Amino acid sequence: MAATTNNENVLEVKDLHTHFYVEDGEVRAVDGLTYSIRRGESLALVGESACGKSVSALSIMRLIPYPPGIIVSGEILFQGQDLLKVSESEMRHIRGNRIGMIFQEPMTSLNPVLTIERQLSESLELHRKLNKKDAKEESIKLLRLVGLPDAEKRVSDYPYQFSGGMQQRIMIAMALICNPDLLIADEPTTSVDVTVQAQLLELLDNLRSQFGTAILIITHNLGVVARYADRVNVMYAGRLVESAPTDVLYSKPQHPYTMGLLASVPRLDLPRNRKLSVIDGLPPNLARLPKGCNFCTRCTYSIDRCLEEKPPLEKVGEEHYSACFRSGELGK
Amino acid sequence: MSSTTANSSIEAGPKRRSFLVDVGVRLIREKPLGTIGGVIVLILLITGIFADFLAPFGMNEIHSDAFLSAPTSKYLLGADNLGRDLLSRIIFGARISVIVGLCATTISVIVSTFIGIMTGYLGGKVDLVVQRMVDAWMCFPGLIIMMVLITILGPGMWQVIIVLGLQYGIAGSRVVRGAVIGIKENVYVDAARAIGCSTPRILWQHILPNILAPIIILFTTRMPAVILVEASLSFLGFGIPPPAPSWGGMLSGAGRSYMFMAPWIAIWPGVALSIVVYGINMFGDAIRDIVDPRLRGGVGRYGTAKSRAAAAEK
Repeated sequence: MAATTNNENVLEVKDLHTHFYVEDGEVRAVDGLTYSIRRGESLALVGESACGKSVSALSIMRLIPYPPGIIVSGEILFQGQDLLKVSESEMRHIRGNRIGMIFQEPMTSLNPVLTIERQLSESLELHRKLNKKDAKEESIKLLRLVGLPDAEKRVSDYPYQFSGGMQQRIMIAMALICNPDLLIADEPTTSVDVTVQAQLLELLDNLRSQFGTAILIITHNLGVVARYADRVNVMYAGRLVESAPTDVLYSKPQHPYTMGLLASVPRLDLPRNRKLSVIDGLPPNLARLPKGCNFCTRCTYSIDRCLEEKPPLEKVGEEHYSACFRSGELGK
Repeated sequence: MSSTTANSSIEAGPKRRSFLVDVGVRLIREKPLGTIGGVIVLILLITGIFADFLAPFGMNEIHSDAFLSAPTSKYLLGADNLGRDLLSRIIFGARISVIVGLCATTISVIVSTFIGIMTGYLGGKVDLVVQRMVDAWMCFPGLIIMMVLITILGPGMWQVIIVLGLQYGIAGSRVVRGAVIGIKENVYVDAARAIGCSTPRILWQHILPNILAPIIILFTTRMPAVILVEASLSFLGFGIPPPAPSWGGMLSGAGRSYMFMAPWIAIWPGVALSIVVYGINMFGDAIRDIVDPRLRGGVGRYGTAKSRAAAAEK
């Protein structure tokens, strides 16, 4: 999966390193990340806060603020084209047109002083060279598709006139309006309540099957992952620690970190007075990563070797990869 | 902005008015003080434009029967030391105030916006270098630097306009820069980049509409200031050269010399200045409140909740 070149893959990220140079020194936000997404697939990138999820997404869009951030090395092959080698103007043509992106907070990612019509038609005007009238019609069509009632009227409203869930629907419409091959959803449901979350994810899933758009969902919500992702990549401290099809990951996790994450999810089928298990300790400072496995300080299974070298991502099953020296014995 | 809203008003039926009409209606309905300000601005504009028809006498016409005359039925506001009708001079003075005020303020706002957006958005070295030059400019006392510039350029209305525009434009760039720095950190700027907008497009389409409120404030606070400073310059002999009737010149020249003998010479231009300054400020405040969608409260763009519900029933 990860390292093989395959025409079926919309996106292949190879050994990506994105570093930030701050007063603390070099922060390795993304440190050798490799993964790929197939056409029409939905891949989840899971991990706790500050593990490099969002940075890896912004790297794909080449939107890392410089300074202090810089993509040090790696390849990002989008349909065979290395995004790190194209010019800024070519990149502008890819953003919004072939790769769409949804940000975390819909309230702040819509421009408050522009009507949503203006914001929706902008990428149509940029990429498809549509005139105002056609762009408006197209916008209305998309708004209907994402389930905005009364779209013809509301298209000329301002963002503040919509609820959070509606705003996120509008963001989804904005990201999908040019029918991109890849949609990056950076925590698309963090700021809305649970029922709206479910609706939005359902919507994303429908649109995916309708358009065949591959979706990269970045989230820390394992519930989201379980229901909507085909495959899951678990990230820890800038690296991939485990990658597996969703059901495999849930039934047979191989990496101690994944096991810890799954154990800490509250479950209805267990006794109510059971204490939630937690992963002890804090994630490492990305500016001072340990020499060995990044997780070794918090890992209950660590052995001497874990302190000395970083475990590579190795195949442990069908489409199942784990970066732990002991995955074979632990995952049984 | 106005054109898109105008288009939609045709399709969406009578409920949606064109942008300018909408602003006008809301101004009258929601902002009584702003409406008064607007009326004052309108009167100023009309007076300035139609001065030739409104004034009873020519601005420099000397009446030998009227030296220092108090207000009479013939000379409604009295006359000055040369026997010139004060009402006529104030009416023509309005024209000069309008021209100087509008042109100099427009120049200053364009200069401020350009410098402010560039330095605020690009940041880094551009910001550092340009803003240090702004610092250097602001270190000089404003009046002195303007007097020096006018000495170089020579006296005249357009020289005054350019100098005032530059002076206020450079100083005002700080206000715009601050606003831009606040705006550019917003996620929607990233979102705009994520749909493929170029930097000029982001500045023009996404940043500029967001800083319209401070720009309008800048315009409406600058305009009375510009009119006042023009008066100061005229007072010092660096402004509009006489015998052109600038309010500032009237207030300071003859007005000061004859203050006790004929106070009306100083009072009327002063009153005119005060009313205009007040009117522009009120009007600008109200327009800012109406135009900026972020300041729209419960009574939104499309009327009250009640009227909206009524419309929904139809």
